[in-house]
Amino acid sequence: MAYNLKEIMATKPARFTAGHRMCAGCGAPVIGRTVLRALKNEDHAVVSCATGCMEVSTFIYPYTSWTDSFIHTAFECAAANTSGVEAAYKSLKKQGKLSSKGETKFITFGGDGGTYDIGLQSLSGAMERGTDMVYVCYDNGAYMNTGTQRSSATPKFADTTTSPAGKVIPGKMQSRKDLTKIMVGHHIPYVAQSIAINNFKDLYEKSEKAIYTEGPAFLNVLSPCPRGWGYPSEDMMELNKLAVETCYWPLYEVIDGRYVINYKPANKKPIEEFLRPQRRFKHMFKPGNEWMIQEFQAEVDKRWQELLDLEELTNK
Amino acid sequence: MGIRERLSGNEAAAIAMKQINPDVVAAFPITPSTEIPQYFSTFVSNGEVDTEFVAVESEHSAMTACIGAEAAGARAMTATSANGLSFMWEQIYIASSLRLPIVMSLVNRAVSGPLNINNDHSDAMGVRDAGWIMLFSESNQEAYDNLLMAHRIAEHKDVQLPLMVCQDGFITSHSIENIELLEDDKVKSFIGEYKPEHYLLNRDEPIAVGPLDVQAYLFEHKYQQAEAMRNAKKVIAEVSKDFEELTGRKYSFFEEYKLDDAEIAIVCMNSTAGTTKFVVDELRSKGIKAGLLKIRMFRPFPSEEIAKALSHLKAVAVLDKSDSLNGAGGALFEDITSAMYTNKAQVPVINYVYGIGGRDTTSTDIESVYTDLAEIATNGGTNDFYRYLGLRK
Repeated sequence: MAYNLKEIMATKPARFTAGHRMCAGCGAPVIGRTVLRALKNEDHAVVSCATGCMEVSTFIYPYTSWTDSFIHTAFECAAANTSGVEAAYKSLKKQGKLSSKGETKFITFGGDGGTYDIGLQSLSGAMERGTDMVYVCYDNGAYMNTGTQRSSATPKFADTTTSPAGKVIPGKMQSRKDLTKIMVGHHIPYVAQSIAINNFKDLYEKSEKAIYTEGPAFLNVLSPCPRGWGYPSEDMMELNKLAVETCYWPLYEVIDGRYVINYKPANKKPIEEFLRPQRRFKHMFKPGNEWMIQEFQAEVDKRWQELLDLEELTNK
Repeated sequence: MGIRERLSGNEAAAIAMKQINPDVVAAFPITPSTEIPQYFSTFVSNGEVDTEFVAVESEHSAMTACIGAEAAGARAMTATSANGLSFMWEQIYIASSLRLPIVMSLVNRAVSGPLNINNDHSDAMGVRDAGWIMLFSESNQEAYDNLLMAHRIAEHKDVQLPLMVCQDGFITSHSIENIELLEDDKVKSFIGEYKPEHYLLNRDEPIAVGPLDVQAYLFEHKYQQAEAMRNAKKVIAEVSKDFEELTGRKYSFFEEYKLDDAEIAIVCMNSTAGTTKFVVDELRSKGIKAGLLKIRMFRPFPSEEIAKALSHLKAVAVLDKSDSLNGAGGALFEDITSAMYTNKAQVPVINYVYGIGGRDTTSTDIESVYTDLAEIATNGGTNDFYRYLGLRK
């Protein structure tokens, strides 16, 4: 059946409800809602969330935005929480102690801080153990909840509060970690990179695949942050589009080790178009800093080419 | 009645876990508790339990997975020691705040640093204010028995707190002793089925666990935890009584060994109590009125009862197998002295820090404590109350 957003919205009620306190123009609630909409109506989910914007804005006692079961404990261990819940499910199911209607699915959300950095160990452990779960990283490229400190997902040269663009050091001096490929290295059945564009088609379909693939799955979803990136909140969808059109954030899947690039722009846009609207890259556009943009472009080109090569290599 | 066996402390803990048959065990190897998950995974591999064993990549994840499993509606257990417990520390507090009756075997070992794998109580003392019920065990038998009572206590509706059963690393964990085991069916019926009121896997009533708890609520939630800990006292007494009816083995908040008519006494925990009992017997044969108070229930702390039990003495020594490095005395010493002060039991009390990092504590060492106590009993109190036992100077 062809993807139809209107139909999905009409037949599948939002499991992540309004009333949360995420910022206007933030990518994360869009991601949360879309991922959960990919669940079949008859299925139940247990959602686990790392400490971060998404957790502290959606479950402030005694209110919750989550209509499914939800658990949060700390920053670095959302995947291990899910491991425990999933183990309980397997054990209780085996013993005939759970209701037999529908299935229960396990979905974990973490920001880039809770996933690329402090939570990498527990994520890696849960994936290696074959936990039947989907881990969704909403990657906004810094520790936004504590006020935009750099993470290993922060792009090079970005101005953050712990990598400030100063007189001597022009922002973050290291390139971003490629977490998606680290997850591919776990040889799990499904890894994908996505973003909320085109009526959320890409994200919805990948979420559906990830949720209904047996075993561990990982989704890395770019999530713009109006405060940390510095853009007017109404421009979020435009930034998502530019991230894809510039190949800064390629959309691809790795299914049992086989790379599939879902979108190859006919005219790859120059990276300036993605950088320019964001305050965190403002210093890169000062006269004399052209080298920074060139270097950034070279890195994007290199990674895009690598991806094209991997697709070719794994589809021979 | 009962099954006679010879088991190490770790084997006893693993056998208890097998008989408890928890739904989930998540654990990570660390000396000296490693054998517990090791033995237990054999039971899993041989299909002797219904448990899902989660071989996590760290102790932090072990406790986190236990939290997830317990919140999901399962019985979850783990075992650890020393740095393993330190690494869990963040989640230890979260487990109790979420009121999850997780049960842990803590095989006591010195917390680094420098690195040391031998016994002392610095690991347990580091979590003494974390909201866990803490039961200490002198012998393998006690470690086994305490574990069998653990779920009844922890899961009680007036309690709902996690519980750890402590025993001394190597001294009991790796020593083989005679032990009397209960039959599997008796353990099963004693413990009963776990039926949580609310749990994540109940799809008919989804719940959310672990909120951001702002200043309008956290204080009241902490009060509820404190209240649960106070309630635990009564429940521990009830469950121990039921256990005594079943096994004939009596467990109180603490054991009073020849304390009734004693003039001088030692207060200690875990295996040192065994050595102390031997010394008490020797001294008694010489006409010296020595006694012992062995703490079993360290959290909740039975202040009033302890103060009462010690109030008739002429001098008391509290042995701490962990130095609090606070310039004022060990953790048990501070609990005991504040219990006595607030309950108006005016007895001279001295403190010995001993056995650090597995330093052997001999009967001669214990005897020297009673000699010091006898002197204080005759000549009165001393300002030199913060002492060391077995330290090379």
